Amino acid sequence: MASSEVARQLQNDNCRPLSLSGHVGFDSLPDQLVNKSINQGFCFNILCIGETGIGKSTLIDTLFNTSFDDRVSTHFQPNVRLRAQTYELQESNVRLKLTIVNTVGFGDQINKEDSYQPIVDYIDAQFEAYLQEELKIKRSLYNYHDTRIHVCLYFISPTGHSLKTLDLLTMKNLDSKVNIIPVIAKADTISKTELQKFKIKLMSELVSNGVQIYQFPTDDETICKINATMNGHLPFAVVGSMEEMKVGNKMVKARQYPWGIVQVENENHCDFVKLREMLICTNMEDLREQTHARHYELYRRCKLEEMGFRDTGPENKPVSLQETYEAKRHEFFGELQQKEEEMRQMFVQRVKEKEAILKEAERELQAKFEHLKRLHQEERMKLDEKRKLLEDDMIAFNKRKAATELLQAQAFASTPSVSLKKDKDRKNFM
Amino acid sequence: SADNKIEAAMSELVPEPRQKPAVPMKPVGINSNLLGYIGIDTIIEQMRKKTMKTGFDFNIMVVGQSGLGKSTLVNTLFKSQVSRKSSGWNREEKIPKTVEIKAIGHVIEEGGVKMKLTVIDTPGFGDQINNENCWEPIEKYINEQYEKFLKEEVNIARKKRIPDTRVHCCLYFISPTGHSLRPLDLEFMKHLSKVVNIIPVIAKADTMTLEEKTEFKQRVRKELEVNGIEFYPQKEFDEDLEDKTENDKIRQESMPFAVVGSDKEYQVNGKRILGRKTPWGVIEVENLSHCEFALLRDFVIRTHLQDLKEVTHNIHYETYRAKRLNDNGGLPPVTTETEENHESNL
Repeated sequence: MASSEVARQLQNDNCRPLSLSGHVGFDSLPDQLVNKSINQGFCFNILCIGETGIGKSTLIDTLFNTSFDDRVSTHFQPNVRLRAQTYELQESNVRLKLTIVNTVGFGDQINKEDSYQPIVDYIDAQFEAYLQEELKIKRSLYNYHDTRIHVCLYFISPTGHSLKTLDLLTMKNLDSKVNIIPVIAKADTISKTELQKFKIKLMSELVSNGVQIYQFPTDDETICKINATMNGHLPFAVVGSMEEMKVGNKMVKARQYPWGIVQVENENHCDFVKLREMLICTNMEDLREQTHARHYELYRRCKLEEMGFRDTGPENKPVSLQETYEAKRHEFFGELQQKEEEMRQMFVQRVKEKEAILKEAERELQAKFEHLKRLHQEERMKLDEKRKLLEDDMIAFNKRKAATELLQAQAFASTPSVSLKKDKDRKNFM
Repeated sequence: SADNKIEAAMSELVPEPRQKPAVPMKPVGINSNLLGYIGIDTIIEQMRKKTMKTGFDFNIMVVGQSGLGKSTLVNTLFKSQVSRKSSGWNREEKIPKTVEIKAIGHVIEEGGVKMKLTVIDTPGFGDQINNENCWEPIEKYINEQYEKFLKEEVNIARKKRIPDTRVHCCLYFISPTGHSLRPLDLEFMKHLSKVVNIIPVIAKADTMTLEEKTEFKQRVRKELEVNGIEFYPQKEFDEDLEDKTENDKIRQESMPFAVVGSDKEYQVNGKRILGRKTPWGVIEVENLSHCEFALLRDFVIRTHLQDLKEVTHNIHYETYRAKRLNDNGGLPPVTTETEENHESNL
């Protein structure tokens, strides 16, 4: 109880209780705290696990009186996936960021060995994200969007017999990570007597297999009675429906059959009202607290121990924060330096290779150049020779021409008559 | 991509100045397509019940020269003997050579709300001839409490509720000289306003007339502003427009509160009220026309107590933690009772 907890603390800290001689005013503290929370808004994250078509989406819609998502899944998913969607709801001055995570394809595969693993991975991933934020040097936890799963509604098929192996396996793997509330889905397919037997069988199976489901807390006097009663009604047999029908003179949510109408909010027909009461109106805050104080702490402890952090050193002496951090920092820097060295080596290596290639190319180019130069020179020489020949030819030709002209001139001078006519002709022409 | 990783790591290691948030309007109804009442708003009651069960911690420190009425004021604030008044230094006792830090805890209850109140007294502050660095033991104490909390927080197996000994609020008592702040006042507040919420109060305000009071307050506010001293509520942490308007009024008009404390009751107009009796009349402590005690009390206890704790936790503690984890950030290794000094060779 509250006062004994404080009393214990008193003894530890040597604090005397004092009586006040007047009104101080700190009884407004809870209001101050609550107002701050209202300003920040609340987060609530629900995970629904159940076979395809078992009524997960319908139940959530009914719980929150809204049509959230209309998509219907097929039965032919190759593996189990999770689909998460966030909605912002508001009621009076309370703003709620509601995230609903549904399994897609759960129980549809032929081989269901790995069915639960994606779920475990998802839950762990949310814890991991929070842990990462918490470990940051510069962190902002007070406006962190908390995605950790606060409650898991596990939908049990209304076979009337017992839990399926898959159910047991999945719940066993999740019970230390999340608050599990098992519900019997489509409870309007079971008769009342069968339902009682079914519930007893289910609970005894859970207990005998050591599955820890969420127990509604019984430590607060105001709600302990109702919580204890509700604990006895688990698993809740629920029916979901968003269709409204007229019953009597009211419109109620119901499912209509030829043989009658199943009313969702009628406690004689199903436990839907109980579920809504417990989940939202009475224990929402406790679910959030358990997630943070128990499940998250367990995850954190395991993760940090995995990473090699210890609270006590090898001789069982408490290791100081400084030592641990410095040791880790040294390790980290060591690794960093090693990586740097490796990278540098690789860089140097690459540079060498590139250099070699470039040199090779340069050499080739040079060789080509030389070759071309030589060719060019040869060509030139050839051309020079040819020109010389040509010039020689020309000189020879000119010589011959001159000689021939000379001969012709001499021949003309020695035969005048013959050539007079020719001369005349020539003069006439000239 | 290796370059990006290194860059990201580097930016984490370099402490940035505190972010100055923009001042948005309060949000108006979002996306409410609920077709009927569900009961989400019951979470408020659930939360309230839980907090009342666990109870609250509050740690308040008082700093000021002896004789300024610190203990009396705290006793008046909490309407009980939470702080033992020192009767001054008699000839047998020696004035302590350094500032002592004395923390005394009490549990008080009101309206079903249990509070563990710790009053941290600092006898010897400002009382020596040479008061150089007399704020250092105080700063050290404050940092030690952050260190204690940090140690608990980084444990692998953590306590469900980490005991909170961090100083949530430091009342600094200004002498009612009527002139201006003293160099010691400025030095103290300059150093400490960065690590703790400081609320300056003008002590023994019954020695000033209304005009003197108003002028003194204006001068003090000006001096604090000129010296860049951000007292609580700090401007940079106003969350939204509503906060800012409310806090601006307090910062620019009411603070520093000019207070009078008393634990004696007198009969005035047929009522028994707390006051100080003088030949020229009874000074009523809780009368707003006599002094601003009621404003201080409402501010610290009735409206901003939770906020004082949150600013301590979300801002001052985080700053300490970031510096501490970031290569010791220039802070000397903190020695607590059981630890020895470690030489840092980084």
